[in-house]
Amino acid sequence: MATNAIAVPAPRGLSFGYYANLFRKEVQYEFVKMLRTKAFSLSVIGFPVMFYLLFGTSNRHNMFARYLMPSYSCMGVVSACLFGIGMGIAMERAYGWLELKQASPMPRLAYLGAKVITCAAFALVIVAALLTLGITLGGVSLTAFEALKLAGVILAGSIPFTAMGLLVALLVPPNAGPGVINLIYLPMSFASGFWMPVTYLPHWLKVITPALPTYHLAQIALHIFGYAEPGSRLLPHWEALAGFTLLMVGAAWMIFTRSEAKA
Amino acid sequence: MSATAVITATGPAAWPMPLSQTRTVAKLHSVTKRYGPITALDNFSLELGAGEVVALLGPNGAGKTTAVRLLLGLIAPNTGSVRVLGRDPRDAETRTRIGAMLQVARVPEMLRVREHIDLFRSYYPHPLPAAEVLRIAKLEGIADQLFGKLSGGQKQRVLFGLALCGNPDLIFLDEPTVGMDIESRRGLWDQVRALSAAGKTILLTTHYLEEADMLANRIVVLNKGKLLCEGTSAEIKHRVSGRKIRCVTQLDLEFLRALPSVSDVQQDREAVLIVAEDPERVVREMLLRDETLQGLEVSSGALEDAFLELTRDRE
Repeated sequence: MATNAIAVPAPRGLSFGYYANLFRKEVQYEFVKMLRTKAFSLSVIGFPVMFYLLFGTSNRHNMFARYLMPSYSCMGVVSACLFGIGMGIAMERAYGWLELKQASPMPRLAYLGAKVITCAAFALVIVAALLTLGITLGGVSLTAFEALKLAGVILAGSIPFTAMGLLVALLVPPNAGPGVINLIYLPMSFASGFWMPVTYLPHWLKVITPALPTYHLAQIALHIFGYAEPGSRLLPHWEALAGFTLLMVGAAWMIFTRSEAKA
Repeated sequence: MSATAVITATGPAAWPMPLSQTRTVAKLHSVTKRYGPITALDNFSLELGAGEVVALLGPNGAGKTTAVRLLLGLIAPNTGSVRVLGRDPRDAETRTRIGAMLQVARVPEMLRVREHIDLFRSYYPHPLPAAEVLRIAKLEGIADQLFGKLSGGQKQRVLFGLALCGNPDLIFLDEPTVGMDIESRRGLWDQVRALSAAGKTILLTTHYLEEADMLANRIVVLNKGKLLCEGTSAEIKHRVSGRKIRCVTQLDLEFLRALPSVSDVQQDREAVLIVAEDPERVVREMLLRDETLQGLEVSSGALEDAFLELTRDRE
């Protein structure tokens, strides 16, 4: 009785067309809303682009112009998920908007799905922007297959960080949101090789690095371009990300169920 | 007072329901809802009959919003049961026939009014046409504005519009006119009356007595999670305070207190203020005994007095 966290199965009488239309509109307006929210769209797309213009193009014709494309793409997807999902849900929940939606027949899956798809779309925009900059201003040459592989990895990467965003949404009070997310995300991206190869990090930091999900995502993305750590194999990184996803989803589920029981 | 409400549906029978069911549209059956140490609702029962407009009236923290959230299936009661349209309120199919206007602190501001309505319409299998929603909620002039640019009253009207998107049979309005100026408030009242005339069942919560008085067939007064009383506004006014007599008299206050049916006597500057169940009899007696009596006024208690008295007396 106390938990209604499980999405209600499709009731009779509501057609596939109804759900398809609902889902499409939810995604469409979620994307439009986030695009118009300049604090989100400008920073999430703007920062990787700006940093690439600063550090990527100035390293034209050496490895960094090429290295920073996948690493900043990772930064893009992580920030899109943490800010988009973490902040987005935290605020809509705190202000009562989510409750109004829950009182409507909208399935929870549509709400969450729209947020995930929107963040993934932003991540793809970032990848496209970085690849374009790399090719035009960074003097990087790459194959279409490499570009597609990067896009695929970044899309897959949106799953673990969506799960993390969900947990952040449930734990962090909305006013403290941006500060807390930056505190998590900036050190994590530095320590994971988003800014420079892990080899150049101070020794004490390298000890922590393998514990960070961002490190594993970065390694997978860098692997496409041949910049992964020497001797690193792909499978353990995927496993680490999968484990991290389960951990985040499990924790979020537990907290959500507990808060529903209390409600 | 018994906490169980016994209600007969008094609204127009314009709402089609299978004959096998009673015309009860929504029902809270002796629900208790606790938030930690606080009991928000205590063994509270409420039934909404088809076509009724019921006002839940009470001061802040009385449990009005909790009652609405229970009926919407947003929270579950600790004890007691909730049925809406004969089903569990969390059922998605039940929700397709319900509209809700809740107290929302912030709505996504970067969507236009028209977009918000388009989105909410997509949640319902048989929505009202967008133009109709815009017309009823009086949003026509501001449909293309971003939500964040609207005034407080306009925002409330958008939320009202969202409640109508699904063409619901049952509508919950939680403090619908908070933050509205008097003109918008009257406009919304007209809309609520129009919905009622169209056969919709409406539950509204308010702490504006005037609003309950103007709109509701039946008023349910809540305080501290408990039912205090219910009835039409006339019944509630009558039941509580009797009527008031105000006059300037030389008669002794103690003597007045001893008169039949008098419940309260107070000096009010040069006059006295008497509350009595049977004011005609009291006035007759007073006129016989005091030829100098002047400035006589007899008034029926306002709903406001009744309300204050009700919520004060039962600490």
